[in-house]
Amino acid sequence: MSVPSNFDEFLDGIWKQNPIFVMVLGMCPTLAVTVSAVNSISMGLATTFVLAASCLLVSILRSAIPKQVRIASYIVIIATFVTVVDYAIQAISLDLYEALGAYIKLIVANCILLGRAEAHAAKNPPLPATLNAFGMGLGFTLGLLAIGSVREVLGAGKLFGLSLFGPHFQPWVVMVLPPGGFFVLAAWLIVFAAFRHINIKRNTQLGGVQS
Amino acid sequence: MNNDTVANILLTTILPGNFVLAMFLGMCPFLGVSQKLSTAVPMGIATAFVILVASLSAYFLNMLLVHFHLEFLSVITFITVIACAVQLVEMFVKKTFPELFRQLGIYLPLITTNCAVLGVALFQTARQYNFVQSLAYSIGGGIGFTLALILMAGLRERMQLSNVPTLVQGAAISVVLGGLLSLSFMGFAGIGGGE
Repeated sequence: MSVPSNFDEFLDGIWKQNPIFVMVLGMCPTLAVTVSAVNSISMGLATTFVLAASCLLVSILRSAIPKQVRIASYIVIIATFVTVVDYAIQAISLDLYEALGAYIKLIVANCILLGRAEAHAAKNPPLPATLNAFGMGLGFTLGLLAIGSVREVLGAGKLFGLSLFGPHFQPWVVMVLPPGGFFVLAAWLIVFAAFRHINIKRNTQLGGVQS
Repeated sequence: MNNDTVANILLTTILPGNFVLAMFLGMCPFLGVSQKLSTAVPMGIATAFVILVASLSAYFLNMLLVHFHLEFLSVITFITVIACAVQLVEMFVKKTFPELFRQLGIYLPLITTNCAVLGVALFQTARQYNFVQSLAYSIGGGIGFTLALILMAGLRERMQLSNVPTLVQGAAISVVLGGLLSLSFMGFAGIGGGE
């Protein structure tokens, strides 16, 4: 097995192992804060920062942390960075802080973070671990943005706060309510499944021709 | 100070403000352990218990933190206490119901990273609930979580008999089911006054 290059590590999280659409991890913030595109991006970037920073630290400390207490140590590391982000957002924009609410603190309980720390950062040197975490975070941000913009366009007729359809647009309110989150996520999952389906079909056809 | 009555809080957290279906807390077990009723019920009860323990300890911890002006440590202390509570439940289940322990598998330790548990601790602090209100909030949250898990498991058991298109199978169909459940829970809006 060849060692994946740093760039591959980075791309992995964005497309091949996209945390939302392929691994279906971190569903709570995915559904809860994606009522608008701005919220989605800020949540995504906050998660990316915590992910990259904690993976870097976990990777540096990977030989110093005893195996028995590793999960607890990872959680404390993650919680530290989440506290940093929490206070940073509160200082930068109070509006945003109120819109995201307790979900910033809930980044601690996001499965992506612990999953990455345990499955990747604990086994790899700092550079690839951070790049991989960064890619994962960006993949997560893109996923949130995909859901958030669809919900904002359909549910409020706006994108990034700009009105799109003029005054006669009747907003599809259910899209910004909880059920809308489920439906938009399901629609994206189906789109991704269709992509995969087409890919597999094409690959098997190619294989058939070659043999 | 918050003036919600106990009955209000209980009803709100169980029905219209359901943790899973309205606030999206605890989605991982909701999508992961809801294949069979026989595992959904114990999982719900175990989580409800952890929620209760976490909420009680978070209440006293918060008093302590406020007293020493250490509020910035809240996330770290809450998650550590929750991890200990989960460990307790895990040891108890392993000792008393080994069969169940095998069925729940990885999802039992994962209660630690269940947002519902941390969510209760954070929300009750944010809303400045007093002791009785926090108790009602955590009990209601636990019941609501179990209810959602059981409903979902029942639906998914039925789904096994129906013909689902290949594309939609797996995560997508579960998310659609969750959406429909969430839609129907919106019908309870207004019960418990407010929100």
